[in-house]
Amino acid sequence: MTRLDPRLAGLLVALAALLVLNVAITPNFLNMQTLAVNASQVATIAIVAVGMTLVIASGGIDLSVGSVMAVAGALAPMIFLSGWAVANPGLGLVASIVLPLLAAAACGLFNGVLIAHLGVQPIIATLIFFISGRGIAQVLTNGQLQTFTNPDFTWLGTGRILGLPVQGWIALAVTVVIALVVRRTIYGRYLLSVGGNERASVLAGAPVARVKIATYVIAATLAGLAGLIVVAQNSASDAARIGQLMELDAIAAAVVGGAALSGGRAPILGTLLGAIFIQLMGYTLIANGISDEMTLIVTAAIIAVAVWLQRGRRV
Amino acid sequence: MPGVLRQGHLSVWVALAVLILFGVLRYDNFASAYNLSSFLGYNSMFVVISVGMCLVIMTGGIDLSVGTVAALASVVAAMLSPQGLIVALPGGVAAGLLAGALNAGMIAGLRLPPFMATLATMLAAKGAALSLSDNRTVPVDWASDFTALGMNKVANLLPWTILVALVVVVFAWVVVQRTSLGRTVLAIGGNAEAAHLMGLKTRRAEVFVYLFSGACAGLAGVFLASGYGAGQPLEGAGWELAAIAAVVVGGTLLTGGMGSVPATVAGALLFGLVFNLLNFENGRGTFSLSADWQSVIRGLFLLIVILLQARLGRPALKS
Repeated sequence: MTRLDPRLAGLLVALAALLVLNVAITPNFLNMQTLAVNASQVATIAIVAVGMTLVIASGGIDLSVGSVMAVAGALAPMIFLSGWAVANPGLGLVASIVLPLLAAAACGLFNGVLIAHLGVQPIIATLIFFISGRGIAQVLTNGQLQTFTNPDFTWLGTGRILGLPVQGWIALAVTVVIALVVRRTIYGRYLLSVGGNERASVLAGAPVARVKIATYVIAATLAGLAGLIVVAQNSASDAARIGQLMELDAIAAAVVGGAALSGGRAPILGTLLGAIFIQLMGYTLIANGISDEMTLIVTAAIIAVAVWLQRGRRV
Repeated sequence: MPGVLRQGHLSVWVALAVLILFGVLRYDNFASAYNLSSFLGYNSMFVVISVGMCLVIMTGGIDLSVGTVAALASVVAAMLSPQGLIVALPGGVAAGLLAGALNAGMIAGLRLPPFMATLATMLAAKGAALSLSDNRTVPVDWASDFTALGMNKVANLLPWTILVALVVVVFAWVVVQRTSLGRTVLAIGGNAEAAHLMGLKTRRAEVFVYLFSGACAGLAGVFLASGYGAGQPLEGAGWELAAIAAVVVGGTLLTGGMGSVPATVAGALLFGLVFNLLNFENGRGTFSLSADWQSVIRGLFLLIVILLQARLGRPALKS
């Protein structure tokens, strides 16, 4: 990247303005605790939003991320609370992270196959799992809240590295890795070409179906990771609540970050900044005594303005 | 009757008929007046929002705001209920129209993508509903005639709400089939640019569908408040997706340009019926599926319908 994308620059300016405003008016804003609280709240949204950005870049949308989080979040405690895992704590811990991620990936595979091979529209294809995925998670857990104490696992959601929450570092790592994937790999090139002009990509011989399937698998796996973090953070798994409305938060972050729903753009760094911007805006309002309800309305306005700013622009 | 039983829509009518037949043969009380009236009463809300959604989708748009707008309208209607139905009903619908106008302004005026514009309205309407209601359910005034709409039945069988819903359905159907506005709605979904270049009033039609969808959501909110005796700011989560699913099951493509109002109604009733049958099956006691299974089955059902549609010789949706 030789020069900064003007949209990204605009977002950075807005973010800086918000920071300055907070330093001026929000009591106790400049301390480590504020940073840690915000980082831990924004991390799961950022992780899911990065995956969502890939899907949006392919010209699709993924409504199922919240349900996928619920499935992964329901599976993890079931695995490490099982007799086998209690007998083999090390292996059990690995399995309780790897298996839910595989299950999440399988959900993404399901979405991807419906979309890429059967030609089902993304919003409809992912609607299926949006509706039934949470139900599956609830059936798995009998609709019960699973609580647990497992310090090794909860470290994912409560641990600190250099004073900052582990999930914040995970979100940062995910962003960097995916940004590199988009910029440096053949998959990344194909992804932007598929989203930019699918027909031309088909004619040019790009493996369009495989690219799309890979995209939904990545998005779902990241959603699964976010589900694990939420469960670790709460030391409890409530299938009815994990990841609720996450699809909307993630889409909002991606769009504020500069993704265009028409596809062809994957501003991964922008998505992270978009998620941070929405988080910080909410924090600013709440820390200054403005109600939750107003926060929703302000978020709505931010989304509308962000979409309006990028209207008609297509790079 | 063009449009009702056209090839693509046939499957939803067949499925509806099969499920009804199954219910009548298997369960004693399925065809009872009580079951029919409670089924229709509950589902009139979904019929109304699905019809609004159907017109929006015909233009190639989408309206994600209907669920929270219905919640907002239920709060407004409950707050106005002491003035009686004559004020509360138009009040709730007006709240929906206001949200519809916001959508129409952003989409037809500022040319924002419908998905994002209505997503913003979805959040804003939720915020408005919560702040109006102070984050609580708002009880209706039982002394007024407001609850008559949602609780009284004609001849002890047909709830008033389903009759009102029927009026909305017929209105939408007539608009689509018989007016130039309706043809324009379909033309936009087919090819917005061509429709505009042909001199069709595309903006007017877009404004109309979002206003109509908003009004439908408002009406559903009034039904909710009137039928359950309270304005419920947190209700309506996921209604937009239920409505979209009903439209899709009714054979309307999300890319717009085609679709059927009656088939959408059938789609909405079909989803309601799946739940109704599950309840009866649980009642028989041969096996019992918890409420958690209902959404799994609903998703499976949607999957089957989509797979059938994909197989039934529809041209692949490759752009």
